[in-house]
Amino acid sequence: MLEVAGLAKSFGGVAALADVHFQVPAGVVYAVIGPNGAGKTTLFNTLCGFYPPDEGSVHFESDPLVGLAPHAVAARGISRTFQNLQVFFNMTVLENVMVGCHLRSRTGLVAAAVRLPSVLREERQVREWAREALAFCGLDHLHDRPASALPYGVLKRVEVARALASQPKLLLMDEPAAGLNDTETVEMRGLIRRIRDAGTAVLLVEHNMDLVMQVSDRVLVLEYGSVLAEGTPAQIQSNRRVIDAYLGGKVAYAVD
Amino acid sequence: MSRPRNPRAWRGGLAAWRHGARPGLLGLLVLGAVVAALPLLFPKNYFVTVVGVTAGFNVILAVSLNLLIGYAGQISLGHAAFFGLGAYSSAILTTRYGVDPWLSMLAGLAVVFLVASLISRPILRLKGHYLAMATLGFGIIVHIVMVQAVTLTGGPDGLSGIPGLSLLGWRLKTDLHWYWLVAGVMLVVVWLSLNIVDSRTGRALRAVHGSEFAAEMMGIDTARTKAQVFVLSALLSAFAGSLFAHQQGFVSPDSFSFFVSIELVTMVVLGGMASTYGAVFGAVTLTLLKAGLVVFHDYEMVILGAILMVIMIFLPQGLFVGLTRRLRLALARRRGQPAASGDDLA
Repeated sequence: MLEVAGLAKSFGGVAALADVHFQVPAGVVYAVIGPNGAGKTTLFNTLCGFYPPDEGSVHFESDPLVGLAPHAVAARGISRTFQNLQVFFNMTVLENVMVGCHLRSRTGLVAAAVRLPSVLREERQVREWAREALAFCGLDHLHDRPASALPYGVLKRVEVARALASQPKLLLMDEPAAGLNDTETVEMRGLIRRIRDAGTAVLLVEHNMDLVMQVSDRVLVLEYGSVLAEGTPAQIQSNRRVIDAYLGGKVAYAVD
Repeated sequence: MSRPRNPRAWRGGLAAWRHGARPGLLGLLVLGAVVAALPLLFPKNYFVTVVGVTAGFNVILAVSLNLLIGYAGQISLGHAAFFGLGAYSSAILTTRYGVDPWLSMLAGLAVVFLVASLISRPILRLKGHYLAMATLGFGIIVHIVMVQAVTLTGGPDGLSGIPGLSLLGWRLKTDLHWYWLVAGVMLVVVWLSLNIVDSRTGRALRAVHGSEFAAEMMGIDTARTKAQVFVLSALLSAFAGSLFAHQQGFVSPDSFSFFVSIELVTMVVLGGMASTYGAVFGAVTLTLLKAGLVVFHDYEMVILGAILMVIMIFLPQGLFVGLTRRLRLALARRRGQPAASGDDLA
């Protein structure tokens, strides 16, 4: 579904990504792990069209993505959540998620300004879609709350609902569990599984190894911008190079 | 006169309408009622017939600028330029070339559409202070052209003898006639603004303001969205400019200077950003303050400045937005409901 080949990106001589290859099949949870500064977020931003890569190619369902603006990447069926919250704090929860329906609706500026009947029909439809996405993420009771009045853990899920409202084929999640407490992390794990079960592939960047190992179908390990290992969670957990470079004692704890 | 055949259906229709209606439309009815009542109650009052028309123009300008500044979060310190381009297009075409006023207005709108479309993309790539500088520069350039292109614009003395307007064969002669026209246009502009804000495009604008990065990832072409609202805002201002030229019968560069641009931004901020009624309120308040403070002669601007400073210190969200928010909180507290906060979610 997503094929990344020979991807390279450097910032002023520092190679954030170097010759990265991997493939994400449809319908899986695919995790990218690695120490801080390994290039995970750079990888996401490059996939989304936010940075042009220096070299390499990205194909999504056989279409090349390199050179497309982020909104055009989104139009191909890729959506994402953000490591540091990028919620629209100037809107309600429902409106945030309605923005996620942008690609599924058509109304333009002029039609909206004079409020044609077709606009009202579409508004109702969009509201319905947004409600479904919120319900899917367990947030149905928060529609009319201003986003600025909600706690961090809830906003993390609002971002997921917003991304899902666009009905992506592939969802990129950048550290969805960062800053969440244990209960919220368990909820997030369940949500990631439900997303996969609903047919959306997930590309996951996450530091919480328990979560990664429990939820992922495959794992890619990055170090200094290069691929260190790739495989199933079990393979990664027993990979000597990965243990030395990254997992260290944490694996012993996880296996415990 | 026959009664509605089925009162039930009529009531159902009303309920459906109320269900679909947004709180903004109630405000529009109230605004319309006030605007209509004033000249009927005080048909000879200077503050209604003369200041009222100025307030109407300012509301149109502030509401259109608020779409750009308040909702899309893109500053413009040169908005008086579009007001001026509209006014001068009408003035030049009618006085120098004898073109019909309505055709002149269309030509003015076409000119502004071209100019705004041309500069919007490059200018809106800039953010924050840089965007402010660029729009400021644009405003100053347009102003300099008005002053210097004497053969076309009449230079600092401006152009006089601009004909009045006829609407469907009915000539607008008195101040009161103009009041009704400007008030009508103003209500339509407020209605358009309310519709846009609460729509797919309006949410896209607010998303650009909230997080441009996230807006892009939701599939919003942010460059296009910003350019669209910039052009729309410019067109509404130019339309007001054309009406202004015909209403005054005279235009000079002073009406479209840098200070006017700053005043327009002040109106938006004073009422409260990202609120259509805030912009209405800010425009009316500032217009009335300026008209009322004329009695203080040389101290007018000093007092105006002091009032603005006090308001911004105590109600930084703006007069309208700040006061309505306080009112809502007070009402919620009286009903014993918690104010909107995340308390009950922990």
